[in-house]
Amino acid sequence: MTHTEPATQATCPVTGATAAATDTDPLVVDFPLRAPGIPFPPPEYADYRDRKGLVLSHLPDGKRVWLVTRHEDVRAVLTNPGISSNPEHAGFPNVGETIGVPKQSQVPGWFVGMDSPEHDRFRKALIPEFTVRRVRAMKPAIERTVDAQLDAMLAAGNTADLVADFTLPIPSLVISALLGVPPADREFFESRTRVLVSFRAFSDEERSAAAKDLLRYINRLIDIKQKWGGDDIVTRLLATGAIGAHEMSGVLMLLLIAGHETTANNIALGIVTLLKNPQWIGDERAVEETLRFHSVADLVSLRVAVEDVEIAGQRIKAGEGIVPLVAAANYDENLFACPHAFDPSRSARGHVAFGYGVHQCLGQNLVRVEMEVAYRKLFERIPNLRLDLPDDGLNIKYDGVLYGLHELPVRW
Amino acid sequence: MRITVDSDRCVGAGQCVLNAPAIFDQDEDGIVTLLAEPGADQEAAARLAGGLCPSRAITVHEG
Repeated sequence: MTHTEPATQATCPVTGATAAATDTDPLVVDFPLRAPGIPFPPPEYADYRDRKGLVLSHLPDGKRVWLVTRHEDVRAVLTNPGISSNPEHAGFPNVGETIGVPKQSQVPGWFVGMDSPEHDRFRKALIPEFTVRRVRAMKPAIERTVDAQLDAMLAAGNTADLVADFTLPIPSLVISALLGVPPADREFFESRTRVLVSFRAFSDEERSAAAKDLLRYINRLIDIKQKWGGDDIVTRLLATGAIGAHEMSGVLMLLLIAGHETTANNIALGIVTLLKNPQWIGDERAVEETLRFHSVADLVSLRVAVEDVEIAGQRIKAGEGIVPLVAAANYDENLFACPHAFDPSRSARGHVAFGYGVHQCLGQNLVRVEMEVAYRKLFERIPNLRLDLPDDGLNIKYDGVLYGLHELPVRW
Repeated sequence: MRITVDSDRCVGAGQCVLNAPAIFDQDEDGIVTLLAEPGADQEAAARLAGGLCPSRAITVHEG
């Protein structure tokens, strides 16, 4: 399927079709907000941001949800104690089921769906594993992983699909090392994680089977670590006693699912953007701007009001769903001038690509290192890398939740 | 300028350490600690860190 590529240049200033600021009734729009073939982010986001208050939408299941698009309003939603992350609440937005991602009620330890204080026990147990210092210490191992992928690619010829050969394996291998998966099992782990996230190449049945294989493997890994221990996150988490044995597999699956495809998508889209803007190759600031520019997890931070709250002057009643649109916030001109321009020299730090509030991505600093190493090594070792796209252009991957690439054919 | 941190609120995202490493650190539990009050050349970094903190664990007292 052909899709429009993300724009890397735009005439600036970009002005949305500003709606009358005197509207009293909220605009009501259809869901889903993004159809295949439209530019990203959807041009409507600028219009939504320019309107007073919030925008109302109806999900396919009929539930009404509030769309939040301005940066300050997204941050307000994600820090409001009257707003919950728990999908067990009636009214929580269901934007579509993702194969392999378990339902909250089926998985103890799925703490992205918990609120404080229940959530905090899990987060606090995991924080020491992802500190800036700890993540920097992982860098040499990440560099070896990236080099090994490039060695294999270079040995195989002068073409590659960077999604299959580079961007998907890197985060999978990094996570498997973090979990203490023995090197002999990492290829198995990588093959299963690849099936799990490749919804065009594999059927729903194959992807469900891959999720079951991974869960079975993770349970076996927990047993092994309980008996033998190791220098890994599983052994250390078990030692703290903060997370129960019955919750451990949910926590580990969550780390895998949160850290795999999102990272792969950011690396892949960033490579395309750097090839189109080669003056930024080798500049570390490209990492932060890539996170903002692509905002791959636009629809991940879903919420529900558990008491009556007010956001942007709009009263949201208890039980109503809220959809903060991260990509819309990351293109808010109040914070990011000329948002459609890829400009690593801007200060992109305030973006909410990792969310905001107590659920802000735990692994964000690991992602930054993976992206930095991947770009640096790729362009250092293959300086004549170029896109080798079919006539219909990039194959944009969009499952209704995450935004990425199905494949990224290159040659050198 | 004076900085206070609330370790109970901290969620260990590490944004402060990344953006103002002369002022903030993470202890062995990954929780924010204050290394030093910001000097004049560190005030912008301190404000940035305060603004980025996702759990509002950092308060920047101006003046």
